[in-house]
Amino acid sequence: MTLHETFGGIAGLRAALDQRRVSAVELAQDALRAVAGRADLNAFLHVEPELTLAQARAADARIAAGQAGPLSGVPIAHKDVFVTRGWRTTAGSRMLADYVSPYDAAVVERLERAGAVSLGKLNCDEFAMGSGDENSASGPARNPWDPAAVPGGSSGGSAAAVAAGLVAAATGTDTGGSVRQPAALCGVSGIKPTYGSVSRFGMVAFGSSLDQAGPLARSASDLLAVLEPMAGFDERDATSRPFEGPRPGYERAAQAYAQAGARPLEGLRIGVPREYFGNGLAADVGAAVQAALAEFEKLGARRVEISLPRTELAIPAYYVIAPAEASSNLARYDGVRYGHRAAEYGDMIEMVSRTRAEGFGPEVQRRVLIGTYVLSHGYYDAYYLQAQRLRRLIAEDFQRAFAGQCDVIMGPVAPTVARNLGENREDPTADWLADVYTLGVSLAGLPAMSVPCGFGSGPVNGRRPVGLQIVGNYFDEGRLLAVAERYQAVTDWHARRPETPRCGGPSSDMESR
Amino acid sequence: MALNEQDVARIARLARIDLTPERRERARQELNGILGLIERLQAVDTQGVEPMAHPLSAHEEVVLRLREDEVTETPSETRRAELMANAPAARDGLFLVPKVIE
Repeated sequence: MTLHETFGGIAGLRAALDQRRVSAVELAQDALRAVAGRADLNAFLHVEPELTLAQARAADARIAAGQAGPLSGVPIAHKDVFVTRGWRTTAGSRMLADYVSPYDAAVVERLERAGAVSLGKLNCDEFAMGSGDENSASGPARNPWDPAAVPGGSSGGSAAAVAAGLVAAATGTDTGGSVRQPAALCGVSGIKPTYGSVSRFGMVAFGSSLDQAGPLARSASDLLAVLEPMAGFDERDATSRPFEGPRPGYERAAQAYAQAGARPLEGLRIGVPREYFGNGLAADVGAAVQAALAEFEKLGARRVEISLPRTELAIPAYYVIAPAEASSNLARYDGVRYGHRAAEYGDMIEMVSRTRAEGFGPEVQRRVLIGTYVLSHGYYDAYYLQAQRLRRLIAEDFQRAFAGQCDVIMGPVAPTVARNLGENREDPTADWLADVYTLGVSLAGLPAMSVPCGFGSGPVNGRRPVGLQIVGNYFDEGRLLAVAERYQAVTDWHARRPETPRCGGPSSDMESR
Repeated sequence: MALNEQDVARIARLARIDLTPERRERARQELNGILGLIERLQAVDTQGVEPMAHPLSAHEEVVLRLREDEVTETPSETRRAELMANAPAARDGLFLVPKVIE
């Protein structure tokens, strides 16, 4: 176990730091050792021990001065799509192999201001495009539960690092499920807040009308501790929106759910979309999700069947809109101001075209090409505008459910547990279909989380985690966190740990502290 | 309607991605597969539905903020050096590219 894990969550860790039972430097040194000891996971892309230790010393100084922030001394790490001054930022791409940002992303700034100590940058699918972390130019991160399985993606390194206990929390980004799906597949908790609640400033852009940052951590309580300082208005992001943050909504909900005794969730209406439990859902995942729903009913919640009739249509709508926005956003990679440039070229156009053919991996090229096509003359109306119209219908389906039928929506995050590494290599769109339960939420811009709710079944799937998705109405993430916290108070799925390999790792002789 | 080789060449040119003939053929197959997937959009009746560009427009009236069109960064040699440090080719504070105008 990593030292920071021995204090019972972020609140316990903060208390231990304030009472000087442990120092930020001790935590950082131990986490750096743990990171080095789990190189097999390939979760971290860039580690700079001196920068980490400098942040830890600053945290200890603030604590000593009685000016601790909400996360002072807490070891975290950032998905490599958040730009950082100190650590390189590659977005998992060869295009940005040596890129060092001249500024910090808003999320990085805010978490540093809150006192968090960064262990470095985490592996992800190239430009956050993918759901297995296999599109990373640095190779995939591994699932700590089973090294033969993908960790999910695109925030695969974030989920793997939290699951392996290397950090207390990690940042991720979610465009079509990239926080929720890896959280589910690695058995950790993750939340994608409402679109506009966390600043996108300094987040390498993929699909700007969908991209939203969110944390991954051990529990709903830890997610709240990290999301609160992350979220907030930022004038540097044109779609950032002022809102009260997740805390007040959480407090209101937590208070309501604390008063009802043995059935604390009495009155909570859980919408269960019948389209989320169709043929595509694996039996073992379905069983784990149903068991979680039964647990919520025991806590007093009422289950209401609802319909989200355009669930499957979210796939074509998303795979028009996201590539269209990506083709536009990624036009900036031209080999002029930063990033890769081809070694040999004649004129300017050849330089740019070769640079992009060399710098972008296959999945990014596919999405840029399809995005270029759907935005091109003669196809814009048929594909792009039609997808945007469908997007509104999908958002309205959710609004109808929240208007009269339910307070939250629950269902699976992904149709199966983590697949094996290397599967689906021959069929690039096979993974796209598996996004069916997360895409609609992204198109609608709603907050949603994933919490661990069990494991698959059988000798292989039996050690691969299952996640429960909890979706809320706009800016209702506080309630989601409070509801998840009640579930985690009576279940221990979130507390399960994968086995740590014992033999031969460089960490084995460093564990006697 | 399936894409042929010329279509793919045109898309790749627009996207500024240099595809070798083999990669172009592979891209043609993949893009046609993807179009098969997204074509299902066409069957949906969306008459009278306003396209949704901003997800919060399902929740509230969205007005995107504009800022004053003015310099917000303080210029300095150090800052310029930081920005230029990532350039693949630079000299005297300028980005170098192939000659564009004869």
